[in-house]
Amino acid sequence: MSLARAVAGGLILTREAKRPAAQPIETLPLPPRLYLSLHQHTGGAALPCVDVGQRVTIGERIANTSGAISVAVHAPADATVERIGRYPDDDSGRECIVLKVAQQQSAPNWPAPDHDYHLDEPALVRQRVADAGIAGLGGAGFPTAVKLAAEVDTRLQTLLINGAECDPAIGCDDALMQNFADEIVAGARCMLHILQINQCTIAIKHDRADALQAMRTALDQARDDRLNVAPVPARYPQGGERQLIAFLSGREVPSDGLPIDVGYLCQNVATARAVHRAIEHAEPLLRRVVHVCGDGVATPRNVDVPLGARLADLIEFCGGYVGQPDQLVVGGRMMGIAAASDEQPITKTTNALLLTRATPKPPPSPCIRCGDCASVCPASLLPQQLHWHATSDQTDALVRLNLGDCIECGCCDVVCPSHIPLTAQFQQAKIALRAREVRRQEATHARRRFEARNLRRERLKREKDEQRAARREAAKAADAARKAGHSEQTDTGAAPQTRQDEIRAAVARARAARARRERDSNSDDEV
Amino acid sequence: MLAGLIVVLAAAAMWVHLRPRSDAAIAQVAVRVEALLPQTQCEQCEFPGCKPYAQAIARGAADINRCPPGGQATVDAIAELLGQDSVPVAKVPALPVAVARIDEDRCIGCALCIKACPVDAILGASKRMHTVIESECTGCELCLPPCPVDCIDLVAP
Repeated sequence: MSLARAVAGGLILTREAKRPAAQPIETLPLPPRLYLSLHQHTGGAALPCVDVGQRVTIGERIANTSGAISVAVHAPADATVERIGRYPDDDSGRECIVLKVAQQQSAPNWPAPDHDYHLDEPALVRQRVADAGIAGLGGAGFPTAVKLAAEVDTRLQTLLINGAECDPAIGCDDALMQNFADEIVAGARCMLHILQINQCTIAIKHDRADALQAMRTALDQARDDRLNVAPVPARYPQGGERQLIAFLSGREVPSDGLPIDVGYLCQNVATARAVHRAIEHAEPLLRRVVHVCGDGVATPRNVDVPLGARLADLIEFCGGYVGQPDQLVVGGRMMGIAAASDEQPITKTTNALLLTRATPKPPPSPCIRCGDCASVCPASLLPQQLHWHATSDQTDALVRLNLGDCIECGCCDVVCPSHIPLTAQFQQAKIALRAREVRRQEATHARRRFEARNLRRERLKREKDEQRAARREAAKAADAARKAGHSEQTDTGAAPQTRQDEIRAAVARARAARARRERDSNSDDEV
Repeated sequence: MLAGLIVVLAAAAMWVHLRPRSDAAIAQVAVRVEALLPQTQCEQCEFPGCKPYAQAIARGAADINRCPPGGQATVDAIAELLGQDSVPVAKVPALPVAVARIDEDRCIGCALCIKACPVDAILGASKRMHTVIESECTGCELCLPPCPVDCIDLVAP
């Protein structure tokens, strides 16, 4: 495969200068407390299934899934449930289960599998992935078992294992591939069984020689010709699944579609390893590798961290702060999100932690329409036009120009000679667009209900009018009949009526009329 | 000659601008205006619902700034659709987004609010407690005046 295949946009970014090629992984000792967020994934928050004060053992499930798209949470250590509530205790906090880690830790006892998973039904194996609480570890956190349910889709051909993490500040996947290549390959094979397909491509950046070498060796050992390694350009954002698929297959994932529309399913290398641990060792997802870097930390390194440890625990393990870093970014240099504080706990999606000193950016000046942003946009958008419409709130134009396809990679920010914060503007505009769409849907819903109610009222009124008319007719007919009978009686002169009889008949008529009136007024109430 | 041409062109332009629009054209404009209205059915525009107001705007019989729930954004959008200059919205609502809430201790079950609700968002029956289905309520305030015990409030959702 040629590396020269044309792919839209992208930038060649330098890697972190101090980073060595070999990436060992160190283990963070258990901190005294773990803060397990109930929302470490995309979808519904997990529901706690433990009580405060309860003792839990390592690997025990402490929160269940809620609904179809959700992920369970497990205890990463022997501990006691101390509290269930918001942590950190401010606006940035999330609902957490706080575990007080026990002094004495039992050795984790993962039962060895009693038979080959290939003998099990794919759905059963997938259920074990769900039971292990695995969410996409690349950063998006989509429930892995839900994604793997694509086995029913006949369009699916290739499983793509994404080892092409693109952000220059993230190195955890690189480290995983160097240290656990065999487990990643085993995980990929597990997923091939679940998906019942025979093709798997592992994408790795061509400049990560150690990772490439390790993965190739692992593949040779596995002797499985269903898997192959594909080197991809060291370009940013090559690790985006759409960009990766476009490069490997030459086909573009539709704007409103998913990779499966072109026959692909994408999983991160760390997710593959977690799947292997879950299926072949019955080990739930308890830890993940986090890459700590930046000039604000003493010793940058890759750390195997128990989920729920705080960023502060991790920074302390890495030698603590150097100077006064004013930016604590979770998720990488280009697309990371600034953390509100180092109290924030590590979740299944925390792939990197970057401590930097903010370089003062010159104030933005007006757009000079140079077009550099359009040439680097990996989604082939026109950031310059989007900027124009976003600043003037022209939402229809933003929709027309496919703002929704922006992957917020930040390439346009890097090249903009006017230092316009384009990505931030697009993020804001996307939020506004979503809000507008919600308002529109609510308005349509309200209009339908209003119209339905008006139609119902008209129908009820019409029915009542018809009933009234029918009653009037009936009364008229009865009156006429009675009159006819009366005249007959007078004509024949038979059965002379006494005055008493006449009074009795009048009273009966009045009673009947009152009863009818009451019935009418009752039915009026029932609108 | 030139002056004559200019006069003819000006007259043609005036005719295009002022000619009476057909009913079908008005109906089309009404549909597009209605799509911009928030559908709260609150009648604060003094028309019985969003659709009649949209029809009145399309006929040129109503100002475009009479929708408080829609706010300035809606006025601007209608102005742009009709090619007019925008005007400030007539009234700004107290709460930007609100829903009705019935104080269930005070409710006597008279069913008057149920009849007033334009979107069937109030649940209850005669001499039974009523409650507002929050997800359906548009915050139109039409249930407030009929309540004989004043037990309905507008609150932020």
